[in-house]
Amino acid sequence: MITKYIVSRLDGMGLIFLAVMAAVAVFVPLSNLLLPPTSVFYVPTYLMALIGKYLCYAILAVSLDLVWGYCGILSLGHGAFFALGGYAMGMYLMRQIGTRGVYANPILPDFMVFLNWKELPWFWYGFDMFPFALLMIFLVPGALAFVFGWLAFRSRVTGVYLSIITQAMTYALLLAFFRNDMGFGGNNGLTDFKDILGFNVQAQGTRATLFFLTALSLILSYLLARWMVTTSFGKIIVAIRDAESRTRFLGFRVEHFKLLVFTVSAAMAGLAGALYVPQVGIINPSEFSPANSIEAVIWVAVGGRGTLVGAAVGAILVNFLKTVFTSGFLAPYWLFLLGAIFVIVTLAVPKGIIGTLNGYYERWRGNDAEARWHRKSAEASNETEAGAKIHG
Amino acid sequence: MLRNARLFAVLVLSVFLATLSSSLAVYAADFTASLEKFAADDFSETATAVDDIATSGAPNAQKVLEALGNARLFFDAKTKKIYVRETDNSYSDAATGAKLAAAPAGIDVVRVNNRLRRSIEMAIGTLTLLSPDANRRQQAADSIFKSRDVSALPALENALKVEKNAAIAKAFTEARAAILLSQPDTSRTDMLNAVNVLRGRGDIGAIAALRSIPDKADADVKTAANDAVAAIESRLKLISYVQNIWYGLSLGSVLLLAAIGLAITFGVMGVINMAHGEMVMIGAYTTFVVQDFIRGSAPNLFDWSLPIALPLAFLVTGLIGVCIERGIIRFLYGRPLETLLATWGVSLILQQAVRTIFGPNNREVGAPSYMSGAFDFYGLAITWGRMWIIVFTLVVFLALLAALKWTALGLHMRAVTQNRRMASSMGIRTPWVDALTFGLGSGLAGIAGVALSQIDNVSPNLGQSYIIDSFMVVVFGGVGNLWGTLVSAFALGIANKFLEPLAGAVLAKICILVLLILFIQKRPRGLFALKGRAVEA
Repeated sequence: MITKYIVSRLDGMGLIFLAVMAAVAVFVPLSNLLLPPTSVFYVPTYLMALIGKYLCYAILAVSLDLVWGYCGILSLGHGAFFALGGYAMGMYLMRQIGTRGVYANPILPDFMVFLNWKELPWFWYGFDMFPFALLMIFLVPGALAFVFGWLAFRSRVTGVYLSIITQAMTYALLLAFFRNDMGFGGNNGLTDFKDILGFNVQAQGTRATLFFLTALSLILSYLLARWMVTTSFGKIIVAIRDAESRTRFLGFRVEHFKLLVFTVSAAMAGLAGALYVPQVGIINPSEFSPANSIEAVIWVAVGGRGTLVGAAVGAILVNFLKTVFTSGFLAPYWLFLLGAIFVIVTLAVPKGIIGTLNGYYERWRGNDAEARWHRKSAEASNETEAGAKIHG
Repeated sequence: MLRNARLFAVLVLSVFLATLSSSLAVYAADFTASLEKFAADDFSETATAVDDIATSGAPNAQKVLEALGNARLFFDAKTKKIYVRETDNSYSDAATGAKLAAAPAGIDVVRVNNRLRRSIEMAIGTLTLLSPDANRRQQAADSIFKSRDVSALPALENALKVEKNAAIAKAFTEARAAILLSQPDTSRTDMLNAVNVLRGRGDIGAIAALRSIPDKADADVKTAANDAVAAIESRLKLISYVQNIWYGLSLGSVLLLAAIGLAITFGVMGVINMAHGEMVMIGAYTTFVVQDFIRGSAPNLFDWSLPIALPLAFLVTGLIGVCIERGIIRFLYGRPLETLLATWGVSLILQQAVRTIFGPNNREVGAPSYMSGAFDFYGLAITWGRMWIIVFTLVVFLALLAALKWTALGLHMRAVTQNRRMASSMGIRTPWVDALTFGLGSGLAGIAGVALSQIDNVSPNLGQSYIIDSFMVVVFGGVGNLWGTLVSAFALGIANKFLEPLAGAVLAKICILVLLILFIQKRPRGLFALKGRAVEA
């Protein structure tokens, strides 16, 4: 019954996406673990880690699409939520190192011993317990988004102003996390992780499991987002995107809807960050840099804002290009390409890849409102042209 | 020959000095004779030699003493000649200073012990009191003032008698006062005079000297000293306030300079130009190119490099701006979020282009003579560079206001902003006005880059560090209001500098950002919001 409910909420694109993701989630880890390295279908560990990273970005993109594509809030600070989730996970992983650190201090992480700190700062308490860390992964970005959104939406800061202050937020966090006194490892961030839940983070089995969990999280995030935007709630947030004042005059508490979407999206971004950290092995303040957040926006734009599948596809595609271009002789051209993507997508493909494909598909099916309108006006103009000819 | 003549002159002067000061036994011994004492390689002989050389006033004296302190002074036991090994490892005759073609054979280093090292240092201090170079005399006075070394007192008093330069004589007097004040056996009148002298000096060093008064000094001397300390402290506090305001103005002028172009593109046109910072960066690189060219072909024009770079930077960045507007932004009017993304893309391309052409490292942009150095303004050290940047910023700001108010383009610009369709109906070519307005904003960023190249690292990342600040300034001041931008830039600058001593530079910046974010919640349209129909337009 649940399956039926889920399927009823999906479009064709969504079904294909879910099928592919499910296949990836199962195939990649199994192939990495079971197949011999000589096999054609063998996925090497580095490739699995790379795809895992892409999938984390895809979750971030889905969360961003939820606020930008459906609710019209262009957040230039989603990288901050991502990084906060990552730091929450990183703190848990740091506490798991225990006496295996360079200074072998059972409580304090190495960088605190190095800074001559005597005891753990209060905000590090509890991070030795996984359930607490898991809670914080959602709670910290969510709470920040809630407070920030509550202030911003209540005073009706919208559009570009909101974008700029979200950017200022992540910039302020960037500066703050760079400070050693903050107690998050300063410049170097958190790294040198050993265990997660008792398993070695470097071990192949752990990596495969993490990959599976990431793919699963992407599927679940997609389903949650899809559910949110296809219910009547989704209709309202789209209405807010398209005509905020009108929606407000119809009696909806616009701020509450926006706040809910923003908070859920931030928590989702936090989850993406938390999955990212153990796979990449490090989290440092550069994740807060405003450029990262804007890059995430362009993933969504490339794939197609307002199409959740597009966001995920865009994230994977752009990051794949980034991997190709930032290694080897192409490296100096990556920023040219990325810049060009920004310009071309906004000018020429405003709907993004999936959005454009959807458009073609709809037109092919002939049930697109726009196509109908075009057909009608074409007929009309044919008539007038014919009339003109007669009279001419 | 000339060297000998100068040596002679100095010798005559020191003899004159010695006869002048009858109370103290300063005698100018024959320099060469004193030098020979080093050849004995005996610590007490060396000590005498050091004292003799210090009072000889020979131009070579300092070099010899420094060489002795650094174990670069050598002696030949047979010929009793003394040699100095220069820092480039060549040798010279200590007596005449003449360079030797080859290293002399059979020489040994003159040994020193810790006691000698101290007296060498002191001797060098004394020597420089008589140096012909005014700066070195000033330095010597400062170091004696700090050390309050009583053994320097006789030399200081001698130097004071012959000093012609009023400023240095004052420094000598202050140094003397500091020494006298620290000595228990100074007379009460001298003490009180010294307190007054130090009170006149009025800086941290004076406070330290005033606190060094021995316990057994008279009660009224102590009271006078305490009063003087209190007076100096309150004055210093005032100066530090003024200094914070000055630094704040300086930072504010930098912010204003970076934001002023944005106030046009974002404030007046409503275009979110994320490539604004890159325009600043390109302006800075234009300065670099101009200076590079001048260095290569006309070095004597170096002081003119900034005035030459200004119009060039304006043209270059203005042209790039017009191209961006015609090529990209005009298709995106009414879609601010898309404009934001597209211009971000442009900024990435520009950054990488500059990185490809000029390399990723910082480029050296020199300061012309009028931009370097500092002057003292009632105890406030003001650097010329900062000073000119503030002046320049205000000039640019006023020129922009005038241009908007009195030129035809300014009139058209205002008309288009206020009512595009009406302006168009009146025959204004709105697309051209858009392009030129954007070009103007970008050009202003370019000339900001010329100024910022003087105080910041010129690297491809230069622009990124200004973009968020600039937006904050414009939004805080109220979009579409140039005076608001001015007030907000200076307010943010000063607030930042007052927070810095309390919280540290980074935390101050974070505080300002957080406060700004909160402020925008309260007044989403800035300090000086436009009211009425213009808001919705």
